[in-house]
Amino acid sequence: MPRMTMIEAIRSAMDVAMGRDDDVVVFGEDVGYFGGVFRCTQGLQQKYGRSRCFDAPISELGIVGAAIGMAAYGLKPCVEVQFADYVYPAYDQIVSEAARLRYRSNGEFTCPIVVRMPTGGGIFGGQTHSQSPEALFTHVSGLKVVVPSNPLDAKGLLIASIEDPDPVIFLEPKRLYNGPFDGHHDRPVTAWSKHELGEVPEGHYTTPLGKAEIRRAGSAVTVLAYGTMVYVAQAAVEETGIDAEIIDLRTLLPLDLDTIIASVKKTGRCVVVHEATLTSGFGAELAALVQEHCFYHLEAPVARVTGWDTPYPHAQEWDYFPGPKRVGEALIETMGA
Amino acid sequence: MTDNPSPLKFHVPEPEVRPGGTPDFSNVPIPKAGSVARPEVDVDPRNIRDLAYSIIRVLNREGDAVGPWAGTLSDEEQLEGLRHMMTLRTFDARMQMAQRQGKTSFYMQHMGEEAVSCAFRKALIPGDMNFPTYRQAGLLIAGGYPMVEMMNQIYSNERDPLKGRQLPVMYASKEHGFFSISGNLTTQYIQAVGWAMASAIKGDTKIAVGWVGDGATAESDFHAALVFASTYKAPVVLNIVNNQWAISTFQGIARGGSGTFAARGLGFGIAALRVDGNDYLAVHAVAKWATERARRNLGPTLVEYVTYRVGAHSTSDDPSAYRPKTESDAWPLGDPVIRLKNHLIKRGLWSDERHKQAEAEILETVIAAQKEAESHGTLHAGGKPSTRDMFEGVYAEMPPHLRRQRQKAGV
Repeated sequence: MPRMTMIEAIRSAMDVAMGRDDDVVVFGEDVGYFGGVFRCTQGLQQKYGRSRCFDAPISELGIVGAAIGMAAYGLKPCVEVQFADYVYPAYDQIVSEAARLRYRSNGEFTCPIVVRMPTGGGIFGGQTHSQSPEALFTHVSGLKVVVPSNPLDAKGLLIASIEDPDPVIFLEPKRLYNGPFDGHHDRPVTAWSKHELGEVPEGHYTTPLGKAEIRRAGSAVTVLAYGTMVYVAQAAVEETGIDAEIIDLRTLLPLDLDTIIASVKKTGRCVVVHEATLTSGFGAELAALVQEHCFYHLEAPVARVTGWDTPYPHAQEWDYFPGPKRVGEALIETMGA
Repeated sequence: MTDNPSPLKFHVPEPEVRPGGTPDFSNVPIPKAGSVARPEVDVDPRNIRDLAYSIIRVLNREGDAVGPWAGTLSDEEQLEGLRHMMTLRTFDARMQMAQRQGKTSFYMQHMGEEAVSCAFRKALIPGDMNFPTYRQAGLLIAGGYPMVEMMNQIYSNERDPLKGRQLPVMYASKEHGFFSISGNLTTQYIQAVGWAMASAIKGDTKIAVGWVGDGATAESDFHAALVFASTYKAPVVLNIVNNQWAISTFQGIARGGSGTFAARGLGFGIAALRVDGNDYLAVHAVAKWATERARRNLGPTLVEYVTYRVGAHSTSDDPSAYRPKTESDAWPLGDPVIRLKNHLIKRGLWSDERHKQAEAEILETVIAAQKEAESHGTLHAGGKPSTRDMFEGVYAEMPPHLRRQRQKAGV
């Protein structure tokens, strides 16, 4: 089985989807000739031609708005927003248009688009290259929101997203592009080539949307995480020695609530981890759902470990980032409660 | 450097006249009908920049069709066009009244602007796609979409094709080339460009048409649409209906120091024209020209229709609060229905008697449609979409969380 980085896996997903379906088109800023600033679309223009993979003007609303029109025509656009931090000009097109088109037209028009964007910090990107805006999308009815944590899932989830009949926000944790970063920024990152989830089939396969994956089975406490935080949680678990069950949510909307409930009912404790800011973050939704469905099984309050409620700083990046130390402290506190 | 700089002054444009004043459009230059040249459709947009500052007109004050833009429609088509505009006007009058009677929540009429959408529709062919705003129902009327369906939508009744999910007049029909109206302004403009790009990517022959009002050109979606249309030479016609008023805001607030809205296209190298929006024949001639450019892969065209919104913006505002009551009478481009009617009478194709007769026939047809629609319910009475319909169609397949919520709602 070939080994792929997350970048290669994402590229392979688009390659496979474009090869199977002429209606799949890929475009965005620097996406065509150059192949994207993170190289996710490298080679696609040479392989499929300029009408299937091309550069777009620097207008995120234009990119998403045009994609919506293309989808209404019958294409399946998979567009790139260069950084999740740049998606806000397209927010109206995503929220008021893409998400609602099927509903408001009673299915006369639909919107099978994928909006890919690198998310999260850890690259000294400052406030404009580090944000995690997933909660802005999970709050919108009509969208699906996906956050892969490894190459194998990234490819399967992206193909599933492209083939999905509804709009999908596909957030790619950029700190995971080259390896399973665990929050220890002072240590070298293992390459995906040395990780079992870096083994990615060449051809077509899908990873179903709306299905979580248990990354580590455990009995003491449930950790709900996605993206980079899966590995941060793993590091915290190893360092504290707590027998936690780590659930990689993979899809935030629709959410695999059954897997969450089964785990928390078993462990009786729950720690929610995300890199995005705390207040009204997706962790709030998770905590609410856990107490709603597992209240009588809980032995401790549901804890949240997240980025602070500040803009993403530059120099203080590692003070902001919810690393293994903070997650470990939350695990210990939750076990002691 | 100035030692004593003078204080800066903040500028807010104001219309010439407000309520209580005497309407005056003498500063609006109206070129003579027939005076604007008609370039070949493959003209280099750089060579027709003057067309963005003029007004293409065909019908003159005497009711003659004159000049190089005349002659795109047969006698039968002109008579049909008159009937479409009259139908739209009658439809509007009945629905406006229905709203006042409490049969629906909201309505938006076209009074004064009927020619724009009715005539444009006749330049399109099946498969083309409009991305309209809320004031282009003439595209449906002139395209033969059943009035009963429109009314079912307006009433949100049990036959509403949109299941009660949309505000009245936000129709959607793929078959009739009418994209779902958003209600958020200008979002559809860049979508029209995207649709046109898709048609070109697939080597198709269909074209797209974007629609926007004068005020909404200020949205950044408008700018994005022009960039994308220009960059990719998209087979799209981008229409701006300049009806002078954005609710209570006069067009000068959106236009700024630019001479015209059409001139916005010049910086993008897009062919840009202005046309008399109250002249059915001129609108059709320009629509034909612009759509042919798109069909022949010559790229986008930006068209500004100079017209006047005679009625209120919607059933929710009173225009006498922001403009003189008699302003529409002073509007120098007249009424589109009367102008085409007079032309057809002058040519011996029509008469006052036949006009009155047609009015009565149309009213009868509209009332019959209304009766049928009302037999399926109105907003607050009779049949209506189910609560279950509220939960359907958010996604192709209902996800578990919505299923749980639907169960909780007891449906």
